[in-house]
Amino acid sequence: MPKITSLEDLRKIKEQARDLTAARSGGKVKIIIGMGTCGIAAGAREIMTAVLEELDKRGLRDVVVETTGCIGMCQKEPLLDVIRPGEPRITYGNVRVEDVPMIIAEHVVNGRVVEEKVVGRTE
Amino acid sequence: MLQDLSQYVLDISENSLKAGASRVEIELCVDEQKDLVSLTVTDNGPGMDEELLSMVVDPFCTTRRERKVGLGIPFLKQAAETCEGFLRIDSGKGEGTKVNVLLRKSHIDCPPMGDVASTVVALMVGWPDRSFVFRYTVDGKTLDLSTDQLLEILEDRNLLVLPEVAVWLRKYLSEQIEKLHMGRK
Repeated sequence: MPKITSLEDLRKIKEQARDLTAARSGGKVKIIIGMGTCGIAAGAREIMTAVLEELDKRGLRDVVVETTGCIGMCQKEPLLDVIRPGEPRITYGNVRVEDVPMIIAEHVVNGRVVEEKVVGRTE
Repeated sequence: MLQDLSQYVLDISENSLKAGASRVEIELCVDEQKDLVSLTVTDNGPGMDEELLSMVVDPFCTTRRERKVGLGIPFLKQAAETCEGFLRIDSGKGEGTKVNVLLRKSHIDCPPMGDVASTVVALMVGWPDRSFVFRYTVDGKTLDLSTDQLLEILEDRNLLVLPEVAVWLRKYLSEQIEKLHMGRK
């Protein structure tokens, strides 16, 4: 029988996280997901879930996940921005759950922009 | 229109948070016997005066003139009314806002509840500096979860946004919610 998730598991996560968070410093990569009505309708919440699961799977702690409202590109939602320190802000559009592992592996980890999904670039 | 009720809950909670609420209470209730689904989002935000309150349910007034209210409320109102239900907003300037939606559960157009756990996670990760109180009731059996409860264990708000905490939270809530539904006859 599969193990039931419990509050006890959260305690364990906390114990493991305590020493690691101390090592966290500046220079974090930021991922921003559009969570306006348009984003939600297009599946932004599912993108957020996929991002968090991928970061967890890869043990990436130096990535901050944030949400934002409608930025006026509703037809290209779900939108996902990646900002690496000192690099332009890249906006990916029409992001699908299947795109998330690639964007994280290529861009977030290795710094290579996934050009075919880019809809905006802000210096 | 949004796909399911949990997406509407996320959307109206986002309204509360963007308006500046520091605390948002989400209460979802499924009552098989009364054949009802009820969604309530209560916030301690700035509230709305009567003029704004009368505008928020009208998509043609709200979308361009008032940026903090979108199409979400009119959509949800329509979804509720299609299912013999209603959407009601109680608010006053400086008094916070309460959005309550009631739907007839067995109505053919009643959207499914959807992935409630992901909605809670998206809110807690997206707004780590705010406080959430979540309550899910199925036929009188209740699941409670709040930011305060999580912080009692984590003791550090910064840990709330860790991916492993988010993944844990989603799994935990999904399982608990499934349990509530399974116990139903």
